[in-house]
Amino acid sequence: MANWETIEVTTDILICGGGMAAAGAAVEAAYWAKKEGLKVTLVDKAAFDRSGAVAMGLSAINQYVGINEGANTVEDYVHYVRQDLMGVSREDLVYNIARHVDGTVHLFEKWGLPIWKDENGKYVHEGRWQIMINGESYKVIVAEAAKNALGTDNIYERVFIVEPLMDGDRIAGAVGFSTRENKFYVFKAKVVLASMGGAVHVFRPRSVGEGLGRSWYPPFNTGSSAYFTIRAGAEMTCQEVRFIPVRFKDAYGPVGAWFLLFKSRATSASGGEYMAVRKDELQNWAPYGLAKPIPANLRNYLGMLDVDAGLGPLYMETAEAIKKIADNEPDEKAFKKKMKHLESEAWEDFLDMTISQALLWASQNIAPEESRSEIAACEPYFIGSHSGASGAWVSGPEDIAPAEYKWGYPNMTTVKGLFAAGDASGASSHKFSSGSHAEGRIAGKAMVKFAKDNADMPKVDAATIDALKAKILNPLDLFEKHQAMSSDPNINPNFGKPMQFMYRLQKIMDEYAGGVTSQFKTSAKLCERGLELLAFLKEDAEKLGASSRYELERCWENIHRMWQAEAHVRTILFREETRWPGYYFRADCPKMDETNWKCFANIKYDPKSAEWSTMKKDIIPLID
Amino acid sequence: MPSYVILEKCDGCKGQDKTACMYICPQDLMVLDKDKMKAYNQDPSLCWECYNCVKICPQQAIDVRGYADFMPMGASVVPLRGSDSIMWTVKFRNGTVKRFKFPIRTTAEGTAEPLGGFGDGAGALGDELLMTEPASLKLDKLPAL
Repeated sequence: MANWETIEVTTDILICGGGMAAAGAAVEAAYWAKKEGLKVTLVDKAAFDRSGAVAMGLSAINQYVGINEGANTVEDYVHYVRQDLMGVSREDLVYNIARHVDGTVHLFEKWGLPIWKDENGKYVHEGRWQIMINGESYKVIVAEAAKNALGTDNIYERVFIVEPLMDGDRIAGAVGFSTRENKFYVFKAKVVLASMGGAVHVFRPRSVGEGLGRSWYPPFNTGSSAYFTIRAGAEMTCQEVRFIPVRFKDAYGPVGAWFLLFKSRATSASGGEYMAVRKDELQNWAPYGLAKPIPANLRNYLGMLDVDAGLGPLYMETAEAIKKIADNEPDEKAFKKKMKHLESEAWEDFLDMTISQALLWASQNIAPEESRSEIAACEPYFIGSHSGASGAWVSGPEDIAPAEYKWGYPNMTTVKGLFAAGDASGASSHKFSSGSHAEGRIAGKAMVKFAKDNADMPKVDAATIDALKAKILNPLDLFEKHQAMSSDPNINPNFGKPMQFMYRLQKIMDEYAGGVTSQFKTSAKLCERGLELLAFLKEDAEKLGASSRYELERCWENIHRMWQAEAHVRTILFREETRWPGYYFRADCPKMDETNWKCFANIKYDPKSAEWSTMKKDIIPLID
Repeated sequence: MPSYVILEKCDGCKGQDKTACMYICPQDLMVLDKDKMKAYNQDPSLCWECYNCVKICPQQAIDVRGYADFMPMGASVVPLRGSDSIMWTVKFRNGTVKRFKFPIRTTAEGTAEPLGGFGDGAGALGDELLMTEPASLKLDKLPAL
């Protein structure tokens, strides 16, 4: 075995990940832990300042309920999420996040995040729930507060968490390795948070050359949360509810400001507005298709129907929208000033969060005030914080959750001591950056309570750790053992390299599980064949080879992706209907079945028997 | 648009305690070649083009070139990030240049105080209130059913 030093860290509360949910958990857990004399440790594979989905920045905060503004109630938010997810949401979780999220946003502002204000000092709303920010340094600021709360000695950067550490049915910590030194890390803890983000590059992206990395959600979100919770034996929910965003084509620039702030129309090449032209289709998805706002997946679907009919490309009518707003100005001078202002807002929207979209516009000589711009449906993503819903099935809040949704502490998975937040927790969509932070805070406080109530340290024997170390470092050993026999380090019958492994996974998912080239369509037969091919892939995962620490990191990221993929295909297969046609279409069950499938489709992997089981869970409305 | 290092400008952060780009890249792509004392992007096709390496480089030695598989050549987007604002220079393929300046934070670097001045809050470990609540909610109490 590769001769790596083992570093052991013992703590009370372990936070895995460094994005918005982890930052929220850190700041909150540090506060309560101090009172109880408990230790909090955060471990992250990147640098905390720029880790996670907000690494580049953001141009808006998408969840602000504005309760104190008097405009909305928490109940309004629950209705909104229920409607957008076609009736499938854990309303207790959505409610809990929504009642705390405004406080989180107010904290962001105090920490130094610039939030746009109008002439009356009120937040500028992009939409009903969205507020505009100057968000280039959003993550830096949020991480800073967490660092100040936690102390830098309690933060481990550039340590990639690979596997959960178990003491029977209870979580006991996590193991991984440094991506900077030859060191294997063992974190032992009483309670652990999985907050390592969603999953990208499970499906083949549209760009497969140099632009492979230009995914909508970041490529460093590699399914580590899903892997960690599945492998610990946690019940998972909504694993079929992937998310496909419609974005500016190829560079994936945001469309929210265009639709909501600038009130832009989306059209096909022939000029038809698909949301108007194909309105009748929405009848097929009643009651959700007939209520407002129309669910994201149905809006996608109507656009996809235009593309299927050969009416593409689709366009965002940017020039028309900008001019319409500026036309309200009283004179020529005011018009020009307004146009200049709108132009700046439009560019900032990209420069704050998707810089390559600004470069793409510049490279194609696109000025948004002069010409429209192409939009398209991206590849599928696993992101429980947005309009997808995949994640772990977690316990609800003490004071409002129905008994069926409550088995422990808020945000605890079905594994004792293992918590989940952000993209790691499921069925609580539309939490975005701010709600993920709020959910992290909820979990952070609950974890301190758990550590206090369960003061004994879980036990892990040395043999278990040695076995995990050998397994995790195996790709290095395999490469070392066999590399000399071949003329090409990437072509060897004894091992596979991580990039080709990823391409193989993406090809299976794209062609069998309804990716871009399958026009998002799949069926039971396709899923079954996909699972056969995934089984070969899973066997070959044990033959991954790594020539360096860097490749070792990529090997394990791709194994994490593969487990997310398997849970996804199995759950699509289980749910015998089409409920989110703009995310995926079960061509053999093309209709929504409210009688049999208005429920959660949950899935669980048993680490002892290595068997998967699927189950239905009731949707219990919290409010009318 | 994967990032690349302008060799003439990169000094390998020899005056710093760590290589800035290598420290910050969320995707773990930037590496320092210690023999040449030059950094490089080891896997451009996995680059998200988040520009964090470009923004942090003390020598302004990192730029990006638009993804060759879908972007026409000749454009550039260059940031200059200060302590409270960021300046952007966007150069079009046709030569048009646009400049933008946006604020990035309202407080001094390093000063984010976890409680945000809202005080401890009214909660206890066994209840539903998070730190600073209900003051940070700007409400009298936490909403409940």
